Amino acid sequence: MNELATTPLPSQSGLGIHKWMPRLEFVAIPIFAVICGFLIFSIFLVLLGKSPIDFFSLVYKAGFSTPFSWQNTLSRAAPLLLAALCVALPAKLGLVVIGGEGAIALGAVAAGALGAYLTNIPGIIALPLLFFSAAITGALWIGFVGFLRIKRGVNETIASLLMAYIAIAISNHLIESVFRDPASLNKPSTASLSEALRVGSMPIGIDVHWGFLAGIVACILSWILIEKTTLGFSARIAGGNIRAAQVQGLPVAKLIIGFTALGGAIAGIAGFYEVTAVHGSANASVFAGYGYTGILIAFLARHNALAIIPITIMLAGFEASSGLIQRRMDLPDATILVFEGIVFVAILFSETLYGRFRFFKYEYWQEGRKAPV
Amino acid sequence: MIKKNFTRRTFLGTSATALGATALATSGLTGFASAADLTVGFIYVGPKDDFGYNQAHAEGAAAVKAMAGVTVIEEENVPETVDVQNTMESMINFDGATLLFPTSFGYFDPHILEIAPKHPNVRFQHAAGLWSADKHPMNVGSYFGYIGMGQYLNGITAGHATKTKKIGFVAAKPIPQVLLNINSFLLGARQVDPEITCQVIFTGEWSLAVKEAEATNALADQGCDVITCHVDGPKVVMETAAGRDAFVCGYHANQGPLAPEKYLTGAEWNWASIYTGMVKTVQDGGSIDNFVRGGLAEDFIKMSPLGPAVSDAARAQFDATKAQIMAGGFAAIKGPLKDNKGNVIATDGQSFVETDIALESMDYLVEGVIGSIS
Repeated sequence: MNELATTPLPSQSGLGIHKWMPRLEFVAIPIFAVICGFLIFSIFLVLLGKSPIDFFSLVYKAGFSTPFSWQNTLSRAAPLLLAALCVALPAKLGLVVIGGEGAIALGAVAAGALGAYLTNIPGIIALPLLFFSAAITGALWIGFVGFLRIKRGVNETIASLLMAYIAIAISNHLIESVFRDPASLNKPSTASLSEALRVGSMPIGIDVHWGFLAGIVACILSWILIEKTTLGFSARIAGGNIRAAQVQGLPVAKLIIGFTALGGAIAGIAGFYEVTAVHGSANASVFAGYGYTGILIAFLARHNALAIIPITIMLAGFEASSGLIQRRMDLPDATILVFEGIVFVAILFSETLYGRFRFFKYEYWQEGRKAPV
Repeated sequence: MIKKNFTRRTFLGTSATALGATALATSGLTGFASAADLTVGFIYVGPKDDFGYNQAHAEGAAAVKAMAGVTVIEEENVPETVDVQNTMESMINFDGATLLFPTSFGYFDPHILEIAPKHPNVRFQHAAGLWSADKHPMNVGSYFGYIGMGQYLNGITAGHATKTKKIGFVAAKPIPQVLLNINSFLLGARQVDPEITCQVIFTGEWSLAVKEAEATNALADQGCDVITCHVDGPKVVMETAAGRDAFVCGYHANQGPLAPEKYLTGAEWNWASIYTGMVKTVQDGGSIDNFVRGGLAEDFIKMSPLGPAVSDAARAQFDATKAQIMAGGFAAIKGPLKDNKGNVIATDGQSFVETDIALESMDYLVEGVIGSIS
């Protein structure tokens, strides 16, 4: 500290390397970890007699090369961005909420059921109604997890997971009974939404629905909320040390309920887009496990809302390539899961590397420094 | 100093760049489907070795693979979400597939209907009777088989094998197709002995091994000594039931190898015959009908070979009934018949043959089935 204060700042260095090198650490280490993961997985492939070069070129081809590859990747990413936020936001308060799937399911049912009744209302009015009904349903569901935590001391991880099972059971029941479209004989669904209530593709030349943009916007807004507002600051304090936050007079209970509800609302919105942009009705196919993939993404992103974006796109790209890997390399469909698993373990292990490299440190790049310690 | 510190990282960085460059350089690789005239894609919702729905389709795909001038591409475990849309387009864009068999029921609406209009030169063949000319694109086709008759024949072997006069059915969801199978199974058994009852348990999911095992055990606990099922993968039901010393009747595919001593027979899809026929039609430049259905007589379904536990009397009745079904016009659902709540389903003399459209909105369990839909 003293040394820092007394050393003159190298203002003339132009590049300002001392400023961005410390930040670079948060980019360089994950990239290094991903490359390690690639290398380890390559060993697996070689042992199986398959070519790693083929594998990686297929991943690139299927996930990131052509406009269709990007369509494949980004359309898969859309619900995952929103699902990951349902984990990342409560995590800022130190809560591990893993039941976002429940909010997605109920949000989807809310949107599907309400949409079935709004047949004669123009989309410009009806769509926001569906949007908010899904968001509110999700908010109530995950917000209740926060409520149980703060008022009854129920562990939020267990509660949210078990409530996800309940939510899916309730959703299935509603879809198969009161909200069932009698015409959906062999696949119980809510009534098909009218064309006016369908969310289309973004005008970007590839078939990716607006839910993707919603996911990006939600990530950015969440980041601003957490990092740039006093509310987010309070949440981070409460997440860091709940006692200290209480002593400071922060409204911890409201923060916990508010952030869990916000996470739930965002997951509910994922359900809204699945129904209005993909399925056109709520049915059991909507509960495809996005909520659980979201857990993985949020943890890899270290619950940083902005980092969720690249990680989701990377993951979605891997999953987009699963089919081509199966078809071209004659590998089982679990190959991509193994690959993802190895990459993620590598990223998690790389957490131990932070702070270990001197050249990422501010001091290292100052002029007139002493020999590195 | 700086240089020294950089050495290790520089090395790693260089290797990474090299790896990346190699990957990029070879990304144009392929030339995969070039030799074949026709590329056919099969998409499964579960694993293709599930001893069930998906395996039945994969066996059909294997038969197509053996044909000349055809390249078969397959993808398993594809959910009924935007994933299957991407898989279909990936097969079209990357592999040049022009004939697709997305086999799961839930792939149709909205997924096939979303993709098909974008690719008018690709034919989409879907396993279910959903296509209708006034609503759906012409490059989409439906095909399906009357497999309820197979469960009826299962029921006949079950009727002969049961000692307790209780047979059991593990069912996924109370939808018309499943209900028809349950009812057919019991009505077949009642041809042998009208006192037989059938206990049904719904698991609520197409594929949920734990519940399927629980349901099978519960049926065995209640004294059911012949058990069949309608779930995506009957493996768990078959093995659990045989482990409880109950006889089993198969469904979707041949599960005989799972319980050789206990397996009576099974209602199987005969996709090999259907798929090779359709592929042949396309190869010959013809067009497949948009709506195709059939039963035992049309080779859409078949029965597993009868197991060692099937008695001679059972075999005789099985063969006789099968011959009647093959002859056409056979009705499993015929009057006088009530449902298990006492409502009349069919009056004396009234009958519903296998092709009857009324069977496709079945919403009842017949008298003698113990269980409830709602």
